[in-house]
Amino acid sequence: MSVVLWGVLPYLVIATLVLGTIWRYRYDKFGWTTRSSQLYESRLLRIGSPLFHFGILVVLVGHIVGLLIPESWTTTLGLSEHAYHIQAITLGGVAGFCTLVGIAILIVRRRTTGPVFMATTNNDKAMYVVLVAAIALGLLTTLVAIGAGAHAHDYRQTVSPWFRSLFRLNPDVDAMAASPAQFQIHALVGMLLFAIWPFTRLVHAFTAPVHYLFRPYIVYRSSDAQVPAPTGRARPGWSPVGTADRDRRSR
Amino acid sequence: MRVMAQMGMVMNLDKCIGCHTCSVTCKQAWTNRAGTEYVWFNNVETRPGQGYPRRYEDQEKWRGGWELNKRGRLQLRTGGRLKRLLSIFASPVQPELADYYEPWTYDYKTLVDAPLGDDFPVARPKSLITGEDTQVTWSANWDDDLGGAPEMGHLDPLVERVRRESEDKIRFELEQTFMFYLPRICEHCLNPSCMASCPSGAIYKRSEDGIVLVDQDRCRGWRQCITGCPYKKMYFNHKSGKAEKCTFCYPRVEVGIPTVCSETCVGRLRYLGLFLYDADAVTQAASVPDERDLYQAQLELLLDPHDPAVVAAARKQGIPEDWLDAARRSPVYALAKTYGVALPLHPEYRTMPMVWYVPPLSPVVDLLAEQGHDAEDRDVLFGAIDALRIPVEYLAELFTAGDTAVVTDVLRKLAAMRSYMRGVNLGRAPDTSIPASVGMTQESVYAMYRLMAIAKYDERYVIPKAHVEQAHELEEIGCALDYDEGPGMYASSVFGEASGQRVPVAVETYHALRQRQTSDVPAGSEELHGRVNLLNWDGNGVPEGLFPPRHDEEAPR
Ligand code: SF4
Ligand code: SF4
Repeated sequence: MSVVLWGVLPYLVIATLVLGTIWRYRYDKFGWTTRSSQLYESRLLRIGSPLFHFGILVVLVGHIVGLLIPESWTTTLGLSEHAYHIQAITLGGVAGFCTLVGIAILIVRRRTTGPVFMATTNNDKAMYVVLVAAIALGLLTTLVAIGAGAHAHDYRQTVSPWFRSLFRLNPDVDAMAASPAQFQIHALVGMLLFAIWPFTRLVHAFTAPVHYLFRPYIVYRSSDAQVPAPTGRARPGWSPVGTADRDRRSR
Repeated sequence: MRVMAQMGMVMNLDKCIGCHTCSVTCKQAWTNRAGTEYVWFNNVETRPGQGYPRRYEDQEKWRGGWELNKRGRLQLRTGGRLKRLLSIFASPVQPELADYYEPWTYDYKTLVDAPLGDDFPVARPKSLITGEDTQVTWSANWDDDLGGAPEMGHLDPLVERVRRESEDKIRFELEQTFMFYLPRICEHCLNPSCMASCPSGAIYKRSEDGIVLVDQDRCRGWRQCITGCPYKKMYFNHKSGKAEKCTFCYPRVEVGIPTVCSETCVGRLRYLGLFLYDADAVTQAASVPDERDLYQAQLELLLDPHDPAVVAAARKQGIPEDWLDAARRSPVYALAKTYGVALPLHPEYRTMPMVWYVPPLSPVVDLLAEQGHDAEDRDVLFGAIDALRIPVEYLAELFTAGDTAVVTDVLRKLAAMRSYMRGVNLGRAPDTSIPASVGMTQESVYAMYRLMAIAKYDERYVIPKAHVEQAHELEEIGCALDYDEGPGMYASSVFGEASGQRVPVAVETYHALRQRQTSDVPAGSEELHGRVNLLNWDGNGVPEGLFPPRHDEEAPR
């Protein structure tokens, strides 16, 4: 069981994530968008969206540090396990909390603002469930850790070595199996999230426009870029006007 | 000097009758799709009026376009790159649907389906956004013909500014009212701020003809361009989650046909042609410190296509000979630079817009005629232009960042043409003093008159065709606003149906038209892959796809 969960599943998820993203990028560039709903409503969005996005970015950095940097490195730098733990929990807790509040606002907005709700696909709904579960469970591990005080489980002895071992193609299944249940569940949901990632609107994160900082303002183009192969179908974006396109069954 | 060619448009506002034909045909051609119900690539607004979206010219609020920062460098009004990137999660000043209007349709079905009863069935308005019943409270031209002006006239940002700057009031009382129509499309700017705000770099200017397009495959829906464009001519398709804008009907222009709005314009007031400009000088021209110098700076960017040095430089850039020839015959260059009667819309936004306007003399003429003066007499007209400060100040806010001298100058030229030509038409000896009084010659006044009043089709539209050898450069890809049934439609290619070069959309239509004229089978269906082109349908038979499939036929699928 452990081998399947922590030795095989991660690779399946990585494969889905990578292949799925490549597939989506090749065949659905037109569908690759944030699908922003700011046109419909912007008061709540202006609070919820930055709260969520900045929160999740801090959480991301926290995960990278916590999972990729071995404990021995930080100790060598003179940061005791305890001190690291305290800062990680505070920072992670605050960021996680912001993220959760942010997404809560966004979901309430989605449900209560008519047009935004209309524009919510089943795909979005499923994605929201997984995303919220991942965030909530992550926050739960933090809460448990706070509750346990000094006896909190040191995931950098179990989860992190396992995570790094994945990339050495020699998964340390036992290490992960030894971690408490809340971590395991969080990891499983996390994997689920990454597995569905390429097939949801979350893909927009992969095209975060950092290159905006460096590109010239004015873009001239005269490329002889490859013309996409015609599909023989009418292209997306040409559905007729009318309430029918709001028909949920057609999604 | 880096010479580039730019397709440009001039609109002669005196001739616009505000019929909205251009808007409707444009909508039929480009934005009659789900997600773009509220979008008008071409709209016609009554001025004074709030415009569409409401009060878009209030850049204090909408923060579109460029400004000079403290060091005198050009910067987007919403701030530097980092600041903009950090505000990407919630665009600070994006217009909401309410600022445009909530699109609607009517429940026509009840008119037919309602059960027999005492009451007449009515078609209720239904929101196209939610599908629910709705109250229609605003639209893209709600304040047409000064509708509601007594209550809402002060909401025009330009009226506000003119009032602030002059002791006189623009009054919306009938006897003192002036109004004119302002048709607007995307300006296809030389220094577009929409492009500069796009985080993904999806918006581009075609180096062959300067048309600004959104690459639909690269747009990620960050919606920064909507804030960035000061003219609010960048729209968010709420269904596809992508930005869309006026395409200058590039599939038509590529094969030498005018844009849909120009072709269908009832007043025949639109002119299409080429500008040659110096691409290296654009940023500098857009950064002149005084807003009122921007018009002049923009004019200086336009290069004289008769100048041998310009021609040589253009050849070096690979601009083909027939394009250079078209540039020499360009009506837009003539109106903007040679005669100097066309002005750019809001040069103070510093985007170097390439749709120019001949300001209307009609507010002045109408007033004079109403008061019983001779509205074609030079002295009366000249006097009135100087005396009627309000229309002139308003036009100056629109076209010259408030510099009334330029507007007065243009109006005087138009007035001079008017009274000079009246003399000629009445068979009197031409009054040579009239052209001289506005610094023109008799010949140039006459040539201007020909271009503006006679306005023959092939003088209004001088559109060089895209070159076949360039065809792959003028990519139709990127802009998903077309069909791509493309190649193998008229001849199958070596690698089967889907291989080979794609055919421009307008070429497709052309072939369909020829096919219909020369064949005796019903037009359309097969070549158009199930689409019906009603323009080409000759009433011969029932093309496939004309009617929705019957239910009993649908079942086996
Ligand atoms: S007018 Fe057109 S080209 Fe100019 S900034 Fe707006 S969308 Fe861009
Ligand atoms: S079709 Fe021509 S005359 Fe009619 S509103 Fe448009 S620009 Fe004006």
